[in-house]
Amino acid sequence: MLELSRITAGYERRAPVVRDVSLTVAPGEAVGLLGPSGCGKSTLARVAALLHRPYSGTVVVDGRAAHGWRHRAPREQRTAFGVVFQQPRLSADPRMRLADLIAEPLRATGRRDEAAARVDELAGRVGLSAELLRRRPHEVSDGQLQRACLARALVLRPRWLICDEMTAMLDASTTAALVAVVEDYRAESGAGLLTVGHDSVLLDRWCDRTARWEDLASGAG
Amino acid sequence: MTTQRPPAGSSGAVDAPDGPVLDVRGLSVRFRMRDGRDVAAVTDVTFSLRPGECLALIGESGCGKSVLASALLGLLPGNARTTGHARLGELDLLAADERTLARTVRGRLIGLVPQSPAAHLTPVRTVRSQLHETVRALTGIRKPGLRAAGEAAAERAAFPAGHLDRHPHELSGGLAQRAATALALVGDAPLLLADEPTTGLDRALVDRTADELRRHADAGHALLMITHDLAAAQRIADRVAVMYAGRVVELAEATAFFGAEGPRHPYARGLLDALPERAFTPIPGMPPELGDLPPGCAFAARCPKATAVCGTVPDPVDGVACHHAEETARA
Repeated sequence: MLELSRITAGYERRAPVVRDVSLTVAPGEAVGLLGPSGCGKSTLARVAALLHRPYSGTVVVDGRAAHGWRHRAPREQRTAFGVVFQQPRLSADPRMRLADLIAEPLRATGRRDEAAARVDELAGRVGLSAELLRRRPHEVSDGQLQRACLARALVLRPRWLICDEMTAMLDASTTAALVAVVEDYRAESGAGLLTVGHDSVLLDRWCDRTARWEDLASGAG
Repeated sequence: MTTQRPPAGSSGAVDAPDGPVLDVRGLSVRFRMRDGRDVAAVTDVTFSLRPGECLALIGESGCGKSVLASALLGLLPGNARTTGHARLGELDLLAADERTLARTVRGRLIGLVPQSPAAHLTPVRTVRSQLHETVRALTGIRKPGLRAAGEAAAERAAFPAGHLDRHPHELSGGLAQRAATALALVGDAPLLLADEPTTGLDRALVDRTADELRRHADAGHALLMITHDLAAAQRIADRVAVMYAGRVVELAEATAFFGAEGPRHPYARGLLDALPERAFTPIPGMPPELGDLPPGCAFAARCPKATAVCGTVPDPVDGVACHHAEETARA
């Protein structure tokens, strides 16, 4: 289970954007979080992925409460999450070739020797050719870069996937392709998914259930 | 690579009173790369646009849509070569020099509604100050009248007067969009060019932005909307041009395209089927590299209907450039 209870978080202590919000994702469940821009849903997703420390509230990952965030999170908890952000340009190191981008989490956790095989396998899944893997971010389109970012999120075989507006910048066909990759991975791994967005048609089609931001804020969910 | 001329007579005369605002014929753009390669960003694009009409140019990212917009505005980088014509009234935009483009075209004949308005506005100045500058430059109105003219310009784009003294970072995405639209409308240009005006906005805001653009088209502007957002295109477009690998592969009436009749090009059909409210299945594969296009139909490698005839580039017939258009329409 991924349990967020009574989370209050934000960037100014006196005006938190997330107030007293609770949300639970069961293993293997796909939950969509729907809300207008600026409502705080991305901040909640970052809290869930242990990337943003909340002012108050608790996050329990597979039965263990989280105490550290970002680099202070224990590796075992941190690597349980795969995260994909809205803007691939801002989430990719411009100096890295796509193959290195995808392999980076393996290198960072001392599993360098698995990298070549894993990158090949994931590139096939997300539809990146060997030629594209040799390029750097400025040489590929937004859609191609987001494919690489999704592959990077899957490289450690996470138990939880957090997708923050993963498809907002993408055309319809690339959107459908990336959602299919996520769903294939979930079907074989049993991973849970929290996906944040503002397109109710997409989230309803993609997820087992869709939580509306305005309902969450009251403490339900 | 030479450009092919489409059969003449598909659209009206340029100078007729209700003739097109913009008439693009056989427009091609090539980028010469340092290694001597040519990148075929736009190939043989032909369309026209009348006053009060909205044409949506749709396609995947990297298909050449934004290059087309830059070509019309004369904003291509130095290594680009264009062929063909893009007539705006008497003027051929592709042949115009920088002085003409700067003094009579940008802002005056073509108003640009930019992709990310927050980045388009000057961050260190208020909306009012930017509107004043634009009004002064485009209409010549000077000080006592400037304040009223600025407020009137804001009003036209439904930008609230109470927010005029704010800086761009103090505006929401929707208000920044309106501020940028207000600037685009100041010169009362006959052609409005909106480049991905709804990217990254949420659904409600997409609808509102699209409706506002439609309102400006209804007021007599011709509107060319470049977008990958099919819902926004369906909401406001009169006609749809689908671009793939630099070519317009289908040009159709929006009601037929989004309605029961559906698209006639297999690529356009695939794009619509990828929508979550439809089949939600992606088109297999990815678009080809514009620097390394196949000799025949660029879509053949991803196309369920591809046969040996797809080894040649299909000529557009009745708005569709596909060897199998009829089968697709019947499917």
